[in-house]
Amino acid sequence: MKPLHFFLLLSLAFLTFSFSIYLQPAIEAPAGSTDTALAAQGRLVWQKYNCQSCHQLYGLGGYLGPDLTNVYSAPGKGEAYIRAFLKAGVAPMPVFDLPEEEAAQLAAFLKAADASGSASPRDFIILPTGMTKRK
Amino acid sequence: MQLSIGKPFMLTALAMLCGGLVLGLWASIYYIAPEYAGRFPGFEALRPMHVSSIMFWILLGATGSVYCALQQLVGGWMSKPAAQAQWALWAIAIGGIFFSYLNRSFGGREYWEFSPAWALPIALAWLLFLVNFARAARRIQRWPVYVWMWMTGIVFFLFAFAENYLWLLPYFREHFVTDTAIQWKVNGSLVGSWNQLIYGTSFYLMERINKNAGIGRSRLAFAMYFLGLFNLMFNWGHHIYTVPTPEYLRYTGYLVSMTEWVFFLRILYNWKSSVSQAQKYYHYFPYRFLMAADLWVFLNLGQAILMSIPALNLYTHGTHVTVAHAMGTTIGINSMILFAACFEFLGGGQRAFLAGNRLLNATYRTAQLALLVFWLSLNAAGVQKGMWQMAPDPAPFRVMMDGLKPWFWAFAGAGAVLATALLVLAGGALQAAWRAAPGAAAAEEALGNRAARESQRV
Repeated sequence: MKPLHFFLLLSLAFLTFSFSIYLQPAIEAPAGSTDTALAAQGRLVWQKYNCQSCHQLYGLGGYLGPDLTNVYSAPGKGEAYIRAFLKAGVAPMPVFDLPEEEAAQLAAFLKAADASGSASPRDFIILPTGMTKRK
Repeated sequence: MQLSIGKPFMLTALAMLCGGLVLGLWASIYYIAPEYAGRFPGFEALRPMHVSSIMFWILLGATGSVYCALQQLVGGWMSKPAAQAQWALWAIAIGGIFFSYLNRSFGGREYWEFSPAWALPIALAWLLFLVNFARAARRIQRWPVYVWMWMTGIVFFLFAFAENYLWLLPYFREHFVTDTAIQWKVNGSLVGSWNQLIYGTSFYLMERINKNAGIGRSRLAFAMYFLGLFNLMFNWGHHIYTVPTPEYLRYTGYLVSMTEWVFFLRILYNWKSSVSQAQKYYHYFPYRFLMAADLWVFLNLGQAILMSIPALNLYTHGTHVTVAHAMGTTIGINSMILFAACFEFLGGGQRAFLAGNRLLNATYRTAQLALLVFWLSLNAAGVQKGMWQMAPDPAPFRVMMDGLKPWFWAFAGAGAVLATALLVLAGGALQAAWRAAPGAAAAEEALGNRAARESQRV
């Protein structure tokens, strides 16, 4: 088989794989994974203030601040806690005095992220194959 | 030969590297003494400025290297006005992106935090790169593996870069899990794409140093290339083991990652053993930087394979082990190969000056040592954070971060030495480029060929 044939074959497999991911929301929409339009706007607020430079979602993002995937449902935290941090800031975090509309959108986004599942590695078990599984 | 198309890209890349190193040093202050870091421009702007500078060093350095290599291969078949327009588009994008960051005007994904409007000139520049590459590649009979790698890098970068903006469509943005999966698929493919450009350049340099055209056309080289392409396409699932994606994505990532890099190491090993002393001298710094990249491939490959095992990934994901891997590959592998290309293409006529330069030789060794300390301290911080995130009753985040401070001091200290060393090396490459007089490269080429012939006779 010539290099071009290999290349085309792999590219076809890659496109199939890519479209299987793009179509995932249309194929299945498990409870809690579909965000509202408000949460989708909140994603833009998250990007507008570059929250990802310090914070993570599912362990993906910056390292200066904590992972915020489940901050919405964490004991003693929640929406009021998020809003307080935005208004007051802490030592390494500046004050982000967001307009009410953006604060609500950001809170909806974090609520949706929280509803999608737990990001804590403690909530996984290790299988004999080396793979992990959610408890 | 005048490498006039590629050189402006390589010089701009070196300038981006110098800027990125200074910004990285500044950003590290936020980890060790945030009270002295100041509020302007703020960490949320410094981090993307640092990351973008380094990414542009890699992308522009890779572009310049490919252009220089293609000019050596096919001569003047590429369009100089198209390359100049490409450079101008990059300059517009870089100016706009840094102006936006300084004004805290964000609006993109991690690593691409600028407004999507600035992605347009980058995409157009890349299209011009594709056109110019196609013009040159048509002249090459039976492509060696590095031409395949360059083609792959250019085409897949365009695809992944377009995919990087699928979030602009509400269909994707409204589905958090799919959106996150696509974001990390894109990041994996973009890194894979520029790796194809850089490793292709590494192959080209190996062939040039070794004067053995068989390297780039061997079955083993093509097997390695297809393994790399397979990884570019499917090896990103280890980023999202904890994200609630379908099982097949997680298993694909796990299985594909276990196939990584086996052939690449073997080829590097075979190549190293066949280079003569004369050629090592003739390509003094290119040879040394490729050897350094060889060592860093070994270390980062080992780390990558371990991190890709889901059971271990639970401990390393979201920790500084990931940062160590990103920095180790960016500096240890990509930057070392790009430095090899810079010294080869920019300092072509200055081999005797470079080989006898004590400062550059000492700096080269200092950079490797500082990078090792830098890499180890980040790994140590990551392991400590990994233990914290798996502990049944973890301390508050801020307490954990305070506990990492000794490692952050080591990382910042080694980072300062490393940044200084890389700045000196970048200065050395620029000095060599400045000293290179027209015609000197051709004379050196003849000298090198004679040295090679003499060593073969011996």
